[in-house]
Amino acid sequence: MGLFGDLTLIGISNGLIYAAVALGLVLVWRATHVINFAQGAMATFTTYIAASLLDRSVGYWEAFVVALIAGFVAGALAERLLIRPLNARSELHPVVVTIGLLILLEAVAGAIWGGSERGFPAAFSRSGLVIGGTTLDFSHFDLFVLVAVVVLSGAILGLFRYTDLGLRMRASALDREVARLLGVRVGSLLTLGWALASLAGALAGLLVAPRVFLSPNNMDSVLVFGFAAAVMGGLESPSGALVGGLVTGLAISYVTGYLGSSLATVGAAAILIVVLTLRPEGIFGRPAARRV
Amino acid sequence: MSGSVTPAVRLVSRLRLPQQPLWRHLLLAVAGGFVLYLVTVHLNPYDNLQLAQVGIYAMAIAGLSVLTGTNGQISLGHGAFMLIGAYTMALFGEHFDLPLALPLLAAVGVSAALGALVGLPAARLRGPYLAGVTLALALAVPDLTFKYSSVFGGDQGLIVNPPTPPAGVDAERWLARITLLGTLIVLVVLANLLRSRFGRAMRAVRDDEIAASLCGIRPGRTRVLAFTVSAACAGLAGAYLSLATGVVNPGGYPLFLSVSLLAGMVLGGAGTLVGAWWGGILLVYLPQWSTSISGHLALSSAVSANLANALFGFVLIAVTMLAPSGLQGWLRGLYAVVSHALSHRLRLGTTAVTGSESPDDVAADVAGASPKDLTPALGTERSSK
Repeated sequence: MGLFGDLTLIGISNGLIYAAVALGLVLVWRATHVINFAQGAMATFTTYIAASLLDRSVGYWEAFVVALIAGFVAGALAERLLIRPLNARSELHPVVVTIGLLILLEAVAGAIWGGSERGFPAAFSRSGLVIGGTTLDFSHFDLFVLVAVVVLSGAILGLFRYTDLGLRMRASALDREVARLLGVRVGSLLTLGWALASLAGALAGLLVAPRVFLSPNNMDSVLVFGFAAAVMGGLESPSGALVGGLVTGLAISYVTGYLGSSLATVGAAAILIVVLTLRPEGIFGRPAARRV
Repeated sequence: MSGSVTPAVRLVSRLRLPQQPLWRHLLLAVAGGFVLYLVTVHLNPYDNLQLAQVGIYAMAIAGLSVLTGTNGQISLGHGAFMLIGAYTMALFGEHFDLPLALPLLAAVGVSAALGALVGLPAARLRGPYLAGVTLALALAVPDLTFKYSSVFGGDQGLIVNPPTPPAGVDAERWLARITLLGTLIVLVVLANLLRSRFGRAMRAVRDDEIAASLCGIRPGRTRVLAFTVSAACAGLAGAYLSLATGVVNPGGYPLFLSVSLLAGMVLGGAGTLVGAWWGGILLVYLPQWSTSISGHLALSSAVSANLANALFGFVLIAVTMLAPSGLQGWLRGLYAVVSHALSHRLRLGTTAVTGSESPDDVAADVAGASPKDLTPALGTERSSK
């Protein structure tokens, strides 16, 4: 495989992780019109929980599931305790609160587990798959990333599209007041939206940790890539987040591969500025008329 | 200045300060500058350095405060503009031998230009989007300096020569004086800006974009300009910070710097210029307090290294949820209660004392807006979506 092929494969497997982060951001945005800047820090925290379980020789998959559950619970708690009380306030207040949570969680993670980087095991071998005699830059673990993200986003899309619960979630995202008048328990659904989002984030944290190591702020740049992906997908649509994640992953892989490895975040910033200048509603979104 | 400004202003207001905002702000700045000058005379070098840092952070926070409190935009990337200002300072110092004011002005110019460039998409963006873009910027700008490490010196960064003090003044005292002079100039400019047509336009755009454009204000242009002004303040603060530290490297301007500027702004009180001083004091002294606390409690090194940040995060959440107008808003509320009670007791004409003619309005009409005026406007908008 040439450089281009390798970069494409790396871009796809990274892009899937960005898609999981973007999915979390989109779910939170749909539910409460808030961008959860603490999502990365929450994911780091749950990954640390998994890592310390592994240190106590708990099995990999048990630790994996515990981290996902911890993410689910943390999302629900964040919505109930921090976001719900701000309901009627300006849209800037939730931004500041999630930033505060970001600082707090990173500091607490540093205080408990120390500030230095540590490794985190991958579920499967990280050596490249061999197809027809050539070694691809795509490992068993990357295959697992692919399956895990596709299963998660498939489950969330299915939940929205085919279940009664999903219909109610969509209704309350579309118009909170009307949904409430129709008997939907909007409050619990918003909490569920946050919980699912944070579960997606926790999954991303577990999947990215073997590559970037685990440290209190290892998700900062991943969050930015995920945000770029979510904005590209229009912030409203889960499937847009998936596509946006892949496009962002590929774009950043090419940028770092051809132009220099320090340019990943520069690429993300450029994507954000270009997309938001040319199509603020995202490449896959529809222009939304703002109600005043 | 920080502690004395509000009572001083109230006192002086009864002596009939000039009605012209420019003269009033200049008079206050000269008075504050005189007090600060006396303070620098009495402080030791270490405390003077700290005072300079308070001034540096207050400068950056004041710009951020105008952006957020007055124009309703939020930036998580002002640390990046500080880095840009600092590198401008260093590069100018490296290649030219100019009087200090010129590289400082260049830092203002370069960061304003780049701020305008970033502000262009901001013209179409609303709160959370802009926050995300500026967050990306806070990570991207330091990374970009690694790409061109032959110019920016990579990890090591560049050396910035400290300003040469006049004879008989030690370096720290001189640094504190020129920094505080810069801070006061920035505050006077911002205070006048808030009182001008542009200030009213920023508030109008924040409160109701459509009503503002019906009045002939261009919301996009106003937003870009607000972002530019605020980036210029951050750039100047960065240039001063590079003078104080003697070196500029990307590691000194991490994402955490941007975020702590936001924290200082919120804690001091978004939209108030006096609150910027509170924010600056907090940013300089909270880490020290937490170090001494963890020394007293004999905490482990991992805990004590993170205690200050944990406090920042916790206080940021608590203030936003419980007292969103910040320290300055709280002080103002306290003052209003006390003066109301006093004026009742003394049976004085209440309107004459607490009326809206006081010169502190620059801050008051901006800050007063943040909890009360903003909430219904943006709140209803959000729930109707």
